[in-house]
Amino acid sequence: MKPYLRDKIPAGFDEIPDTPSYEAGYLVTKNSGWRNVRPVIDTKKCIGCLNCYLYCPDGVIFRSNHKAAIDYDFCKGCGICKKICRIGAIKMEAEK
Amino acid sequence: MAKRFLSGNEAFALGVRLARPQVISAYPITPQTIVVEKLSEYVEDGSLKAEFIHVESEHSALSCAMGASSVGARAFTATSSQGLLYMTECLPYAAGGRFPIVMMNANRSTALPWNIYGDQRDSVSQLDSGWIQAYAENAQEALDIALMSFYIAEHPIVSTPFMANLDGFVLTHTYEVADVPTIEQADEFLPPYRTKNKMSLSEPKNLAFSAGPESNTIFKLKEHLGVLNARTVISEAEQRFGKIFGRHYTGLTESYRTEDADYILITLGSISGLVREITDKLRAEGKKAGLLRIRYLRPFPNEEIAAAIRNAKAAAVLEKDISFGNEGTVYTNVNSALQKAGINIPTSDYIGGLGGKNISAEEIEGIFAELEEEKRTVKFLGTGGEESGSQCKNAQ
Amino acid sequence: MAVNAKTLNETEFFYGHKACAGCGGSLAVRIALKVLGENAVAVLPAGCMSAVGFNFPQLCFGNNAIISTFAGTASMLTGIEAGLRAQGITDFHAVGFAGDGGTADIGLQALSGAIDRNDDILYICYDNEAYMNTGIQKSSLTPFGAKTTTTPAGKNIRGNLRPKKNMFEIVAAHGIPYAATASVGYINDFMRKVEKAKQIKGTKYIHILAPCPTGWGIKTDDTIEIAKEVVDCGLWYLAEYENGEFKLNYKPEEFSSVGDYLKKQSRFRHLTDEDIKVIQSSRDAKWEFIHRNFK
Repeated sequence: MKPYLRDKIPAGFDEIPDTPSYEAGYLVTKNSGWRNVRPVIDTKKCIGCLNCYLYCPDGVIFRSNHKAAIDYDFCKGCGICKKICRIGAIKMEAEK
Repeated sequence: MAKRFLSGNEAFALGVRLARPQVISAYPITPQTIVVEKLSEYVEDGSLKAEFIHVESEHSALSCAMGASSVGARAFTATSSQGLLYMTECLPYAAGGRFPIVMMNANRSTALPWNIYGDQRDSVSQLDSGWIQAYAENAQEALDIALMSFYIAEHPIVSTPFMANLDGFVLTHTYEVADVPTIEQADEFLPPYRTKNKMSLSEPKNLAFSAGPESNTIFKLKEHLGVLNARTVISEAEQRFGKIFGRHYTGLTESYRTEDADYILITLGSISGLVREITDKLRAEGKKAGLLRIRYLRPFPNEEIAAAIRNAKAAAVLEKDISFGNEGTVYTNVNSALQKAGINIPTSDYIGGLGGKNISAEEIEGIFAELEEEKRTVKFLGTGGEESGSQCKNAQ
Repeated sequence: MAVNAKTLNETEFFYGHKACAGCGGSLAVRIALKVLGENAVAVLPAGCMSAVGFNFPQLCFGNNAIISTFAGTASMLTGIEAGLRAQGITDFHAVGFAGDGGTADIGLQALSGAIDRNDDILYICYDNEAYMNTGIQKSSLTPFGAKTTTTPAGKNIRGNLRPKKNMFEIVAAHGIPYAATASVGYINDFMRKVEKAKQIKGTKYIHILAPCPTGWGIKTDDTIEIAKEVVDCGLWYLAEYENGEFKLNYKPEEFSSVGDYLKKQSRFRHLTDEDIKVIQSSRDAKWEFIHRNFK
């Protein structure tokens, strides 16, 4: 199962579990704020080789219509995808 | 039920076998070895169906037991002294993870100087680790605690690891007659381990995580409540045990002739047998002596101690441990219980049996005689040094 | 068919974690879990990957995962494997992810014990060559010459004086069923090795070199290139140990420059030409050994 964002942040005696064990993949914060630059995929150039997907340390690149797409909620902007792309389909753009 | 001539270690091993642990991980250390040797024989001869893991250290023994418990398996390990100290990191880890592992500890002196004989400095030094701590007096109680410990530790409102302490050699290696229950009786007493505090393939979990300042205190409070809840579960387990096996236990403490006693000696473990005899002897002489045996150091029997001591003129603690620079830790705990209950009688502390030193009948009688002086002292038994007030003179 | 980008399980199991941007270790964990699938039960000791993945209520593993004590990765894996098997559960993979310090230093004894018992576990060491989580202190897998916060590069001592401990051959010397080295720069090779380990009964060990931009002093987008280059210049190698034999998986036609590799990283920037020569000759000695002993 892929971890995903939840609405509820458990807090207080009743919501905090009795033992330090909890549902797997429970996310309450994004990582988008870490980014100075964002990768942007040129879907016209992208050939769907998925090399960027393979090498992304955060797993934020996924397959969409035989091309690569990015989950910007969790991308940290490391730029590995841009460097690994053999055909130059990814550009890093400054975050506004 | 069958009567057998057993050492404390053998009795405990039989109790563990009756509890059907699924994973046993252990590393040998004197005087614990016979427990794990016996259990390995039971696995070999098929009388116990368990995974027996030959770990390479005590740290791994408890780490392995935590792994087994984290997937919902019933886990057992055993250790002693230096081994307990070597696994120290894992003790609060298991308690904080709320893994109801049962561990037998053969109470033994801690180095330096090296010494393989019994005292309780090893387990008493770990009172703050979050484990339930029981102290057996004899082989029968050792066997019964072995079986009851899983029931208590695994109870959902407790979910806390359990350390069962047996005095090294004096109890672990001494042979006595004990009743061994049948497996059918044991199965009737102890249900299989069921928990939600585990990783399962159908319901994946993240376990043993970090918790920051916002939630950390709540996790620790819940851990504390788990140990406190053992109070009621111990009494529930003992009632259930009594019905099935016909042997009855008395919760966190055992009072012996304390009701009208003027002078009460508080102790724990195997020395209690001798103190009971001396109590009877003094009673026969017309002296109002009493014994309060602490069976559980955690959860601590605050109320039981206060109730037993309330009408006494003075009380003393006889213990096999010392918190250097202060006093015996049991004494500190007992005084706290009395103070909270508003009981202000003179109390004294006798440190004895360190490194296996024999505590004689004469010494116990001497303690009762000194109690009549109603002083407040801390003394090392049998060192030849005299002492008065709250400080020990023998240090130099 | 060999697992590749197209056939790899699309589910992400390590997601939303707080590892530094460009973290090689997180890539190793992510890819291994995708190869192993949802029935992986993961153990992570104190270290980078547990610190970034398990901050309640931000829990970044989609599969079962637990933090062990620092020294207890292998022993906890043993308990998990035995505990599940004792309950008749067999369709799982007990996998550990420990760093270089957690493996070659504090966790070595427990790992040795697990291999000795041949417990059915997969142990993956993500090697970023220092205690990165605590702030880049030297471990026994820090390479010769590297500057760390406990091996400063000054006038008297130029960084770490000792070579990397040879974990791969230490593990192999136990007679382990399967051991391999890997690099996040050659991720397909790593995937193949995890896939292979998945099929093997008994203890498996994979040692993957995983650059840390923060600790190595490289840009966040250099992680993969530097992890390729360390193999291409011969300072690391891709190999396997199986059935008592060593096998080299990749032999560079000609080594790329050791100096270039080192000088790209701020942890090596103080090294003199003389130092680089020492590193180069120890590389050559290692490769002589490899040629003699590896198939």
